[in-house]
Amino acid sequence: MTPLLQITNLHASIEDREILKGIDLSVNAGEVHAIMGPNGSGKSTLASVLAGREDYTVTEGSVLFNGKELMELSPEERSREGLFLAFQYPVEIPGVSTANFVKTAVNESRKHRGQEPLEPAAFLSLMRERMALVEMDPSFLQRSLNEGFSGGEKKRNEIFQMAMLDPVLAVLDETDSGLDIDALRIVASGVNALRRADNATIVITHYQRLLDHIVPDFVHVLWNGRIVKSGDKSLALELEQRGYDWLKQESAVEA
Amino acid sequence: MDQQTLLDEVVGSEYKYGFTSDIEQELLPKGLSEDVVRFISARKNEPEWMLEWRLKAYQQWKTMKEPTWPNVDYPPVDFQDIIYWAAPKKKPELNSLDEVDPELLATFEKLGIPLEEQKVLAGVAVDVVFDSVSVKTTFQDKLAELGIIFCPISEALENHPELVRQYIGSVVPPNDNFYAALNSAVFSDGSFVYIPKGVRCPIELSTYFRINARNSGQFERTLIIADEGSYVSYLEGCTAPQRDENQLHAAVVELVAHDRAEIKYSTVQNWFPGDKDGKGGIYNFVTKRGICAGVDSKISWTQVETGSAITWKYPSVVLKGDNSIGEFYSVAVTNNKQQADTGTKMIHIGRNTRSRIVSKGISAGVSQNSYRGLVKVLPVAQGARNFSQCDSLLIGDACGAHTFPYLEVANSTATVEHEATTSKIGEDMLFYCNQRGIDTEAAVALIVNGYAREVLNQLPMEFAVEAQKLLAISLEGSVG
Repeated sequence: MTPLLQITNLHASIEDREILKGIDLSVNAGEVHAIMGPNGSGKSTLASVLAGREDYTVTEGSVLFNGKELMELSPEERSREGLFLAFQYPVEIPGVSTANFVKTAVNESRKHRGQEPLEPAAFLSLMRERMALVEMDPSFLQRSLNEGFSGGEKKRNEIFQMAMLDPVLAVLDETDSGLDIDALRIVASGVNALRRADNATIVITHYQRLLDHIVPDFVHVLWNGRIVKSGDKSLALELEQRGYDWLKQESAVEA
Repeated sequence: MDQQTLLDEVVGSEYKYGFTSDIEQELLPKGLSEDVVRFISARKNEPEWMLEWRLKAYQQWKTMKEPTWPNVDYPPVDFQDIIYWAAPKKKPELNSLDEVDPELLATFEKLGIPLEEQKVLAGVAVDVVFDSVSVKTTFQDKLAELGIIFCPISEALENHPELVRQYIGSVVPPNDNFYAALNSAVFSDGSFVYIPKGVRCPIELSTYFRINARNSGQFERTLIIADEGSYVSYLEGCTAPQRDENQLHAAVVELVAHDRAEIKYSTVQNWFPGDKDGKGGIYNFVTKRGICAGVDSKISWTQVETGSAITWKYPSVVLKGDNSIGEFYSVAVTNNKQQADTGTKMIHIGRNTRSRIVSKGISAGVSQNSYRGLVKVLPVAQGARNFSQCDSLLIGDACGAHTFPYLEVANSTATVEHEATTSKIGEDMLFYCNQRGIDTEAAVALIVNGYAREVLNQLPMEFAVEAQKLLAISLEGSVG
């Protein structure tokens, strides 16, 4: 089986400082991968590089996504090809309603696939249905995107957008940060509801607790710009108990 | 692609309206003199008092100097190098569209002015000012049934001289400022509106101005009077063909609202802004002022300004009647080398008068965008209230946004609030949109329209849609 995402020896820098120092990762359809690691290990950089943020320069390596070289695509093309990033810090856009924003986004993807824009009525009912997945009140549709939303509401809005765009690969960047336990459960159940055999999810997180709700098939530990250890979900539990220091020492010895 | 490269490549979408009509025109030689003023007045068969009024304005103008306080920079205008009279040779006495020069109709077509049945369906009466003479006014008869007068001001001078005489110059006196004086001396045409007592004008009144003749300054004069308890919504939309020379536009608009009357005046201004190097474009030096003369009256200015090389414009309200309300909603976009110095004046005289200012500046390219506003509360204006919101949005890092708010409050019971923000369309915002599949051009349009929402909402529906598109077009290529 050809992997959905094949990252090979990926190096990336910001302002001449190398952050990713050779990432190898393979994600198949139907899988959930968790990427864990201490602060500053490069987790969010990896998410940003995959989504195509311009601040980062890819200096080496390749990323094949659905058979296409991801690094040759603009950020919007990556999105239309089915890559979704749930942001750690979603932006606020004053005056642009959530409904209008999501409609614009969805119709761009539809255009890319040669589909007609959705009828307003069909669109509205689809939005209501998908909002229910993350227990979002439909009144949010008329509010400016993320403006005045609480941390939890912003994260739920991310998953709502994910549900609307129905990506092939979703990357959740620290989606659990700033969530209380109820919001965490709601967000996780939304993500789980979207899991299918033909899509995949990469969950970037600091803590094990999100993985109690979104159970990963694989867990990878990122340290100093490399994946230093991979395993199944038990690795996450081990990290929870032992912390990251033992891995840092291990990888220091190997290096 | 970096921002500069993209800017260089696509800056300033081609100006869509840059074409010239081949209609035979009657032109006066360049230059301004007493004879020119007399010629214009005679050409329009004006009454003697109007000529005297013009000549007096001309004499005053000669003693005045161009204002230099606006935050704009341009080479001095040679007022003797301007044509002050240009009219289509055909006599504009037409009963139906069939009689209109087909070339002229084709021009309107290109401008997207649906003068024909579409307009009827849309319920908009159009008074078209083609250079200096109004060619065709629709719906006049229908409006006449209600006693509404909507016609070229030259026609009003013939048919309703007493009304014109009573009000012209009553809000913007000829010696108000340099350009108002110039306009008073040489104004060619413009619109006149009178809404009788208790009448609510059932349709949006709309005028399109278009500057066509090379080197002809356009000096329209608009006068709108809303009598007691009446209501009118008026929309002005503007385009000018692309020319290399800068063209001067110095209009005067006067609004008078009597007791309990309401005037809503909306402008969508899209004159040629010059090319990306700042060559050509309109100099737009305009005096617009309304007076809430009666109690409980209301005047509301809404403007979407995307065109002109230089804009100098302060639609103002004199709040004379007790409990009267003045509003100013503005979106001013500058791109490339455009310069705008625009804002409003709210002069509180009556008791419990209220004013509201919402100004949204958007600067891109290497443009300069200034808000200049005065809120003045006179000692007699007991209980006056003002709220001002002045926001600036920057696109790129080579443009400028400036705010010059002036407050003069001479009554201790007044409440004056001023809020101001400056923001940039940040990388984060654009990347977020990109990540959702929205490319940068579409993202800028989305963000800018969101930013301007509060003002766009004030426009009549169909024009709001047009204005939204215009904002997007004006900013095409402004972000990498």
